[in-house]
Amino acid sequence: MNLAQSILEGSRLALARTLSLVENDQPEGQAVLSALFPYTGRAHLVGVTGAPGTGKSSLVNQLARHLRRTPDGDKPRRVAIVAVDPSSPFTGGAILGDRIRMRDLAGDPGVFIRSMATRGSLGGLAAATASVVQVFDAAGYEMVLIETVGAGQAEIEIARLAHTTLVVEAPGMGDDIQAIKAGILEIADVLVINKADYPGVENTERALRSMLELAHPVRRPSLADAPHEDDPDAPIWIPPILRTVATETTGIPELAAAIQRHRQHLESTGGWQQREHERLVAELHILLRESLLQRWMAEVGSAAYQQVLDSLLSRQISPRQAVQQLLAPDTGEKAR
Amino acid sequence: MSEGKIRVIVAKPGLDGHDRGAKVVARALRDAGMEVIYTGLRQTPEMIAEAALQEDADAVGLSILSGAHMALVPRVLELLKANGQGHVKVFIGGIIPDEDTAPLLEMGVAGIYGPGTLTDTIVNDIRKAVAGEKPA
Repeated sequence: MNLAQSILEGSRLALARTLSLVENDQPEGQAVLSALFPYTGRAHLVGVTGAPGTGKSSLVNQLARHLRRTPDGDKPRRVAIVAVDPSSPFTGGAILGDRIRMRDLAGDPGVFIRSMATRGSLGGLAAATASVVQVFDAAGYEMVLIETVGAGQAEIEIARLAHTTLVVEAPGMGDDIQAIKAGILEIADVLVINKADYPGVENTERALRSMLELAHPVRRPSLADAPHEDDPDAPIWIPPILRTVATETTGIPELAAAIQRHRQHLESTGGWQQREHERLVAELHILLRESLLQRWMAEVGSAAYQQVLDSLLSRQISPRQAVQQLLAPDTGEKAR
Repeated sequence: MSEGKIRVIVAKPGLDGHDRGAKVVARALRDAGMEVIYTGLRQTPEMIAEAALQEDADAVGLSILSGAHMALVPRVLELLKANGQGHVKVFIGGIIPDEDTAPLLEMGVAGIYGPGTLTDTIVNDIRKAVAGEKPA
């Protein structure tokens, strides 16, 4: 069976199988990815991140339902969901429970949900997610929702994959100092306060708004021509703050509209191409680094490597000096 | 990161709402290093087969306490085959009367576990069954 061909013809079994192959970084998966690559670059990638318990899975569930009901153009768009949950650092096992909140989507052939565990390293997760997303893109899913438990570097790496990143908050999850901590909020293109029927929603919104004003000093009432968050063609995108109650579908159409506006903004300002460019350059560099290291390790003798490593471990030379010695033109010769 | 993990769907088909056993087993499989996709209560056979397909599962664990196993299990097996996933191993836990054991195994169920089963037994059985068929 030619997996790439079957995926392009719409086989869900081939798609599921290929997702495993690329997640496990197997040669067969890499070959399918290469065959599929010309068909990628069409999907709108939307990252959804936020602290545990803010209701990300329920929000993704409702968002996918809404997107399925409202066609983009003349045909209903297909939605893929990549739901990432953590692996145990001790056993490597994982409980992937995001499907529990997505049961409304069962039976809809236009929705494909795939759960992923974080498994090993950060870089590994970002690379595996990027590959999984490419497969969905090539398979013709117009929108890919990538859900991650958010609090760290891994989410920022994954957010860099996405065209549009939603950061989900909930009332009562921390004071205004949490909101101005660097990192997670800066990656937001759209801020969502889910569980907006809970007490404390005004405080949360105020904290987020003051954080945004610090980050975007251009948005002042005194500047008549300052960009407005509802104008997708403004040169600067100011993340809108939206309230939702995912369990009651409140605010979901507005959220879908904000995501669409962000897409228009990226397209009209050239941001779309820029994100694609940055992402592909980053991917190229990661792969180059990996294969150069592998090739070099195969060329330099293990004896020479071990010798330099010993000097490094006994602190006779610094790591930087070790690199200089290893990359000196005669090192390879000495080893032979 | 490159080795394949065993992926198991843990599901409760039918209408009984007691998922304690399913959660204990899910946790034991996680602690054994497997990736458990927990789908929750009141799943239809169609939902379970769809999850197994999308997740490219190696095994499906069904927890059934309602007595409806002779209706639900054959349907799950049928749907898996129809989706081209005849290789997926199906295990059942819960209350299964002795006289139903033989017919269920006959249908292609890989293992049946009643109250008092050690979780280690389930873990080992799943590992062995999946190793027999799991593609490299």
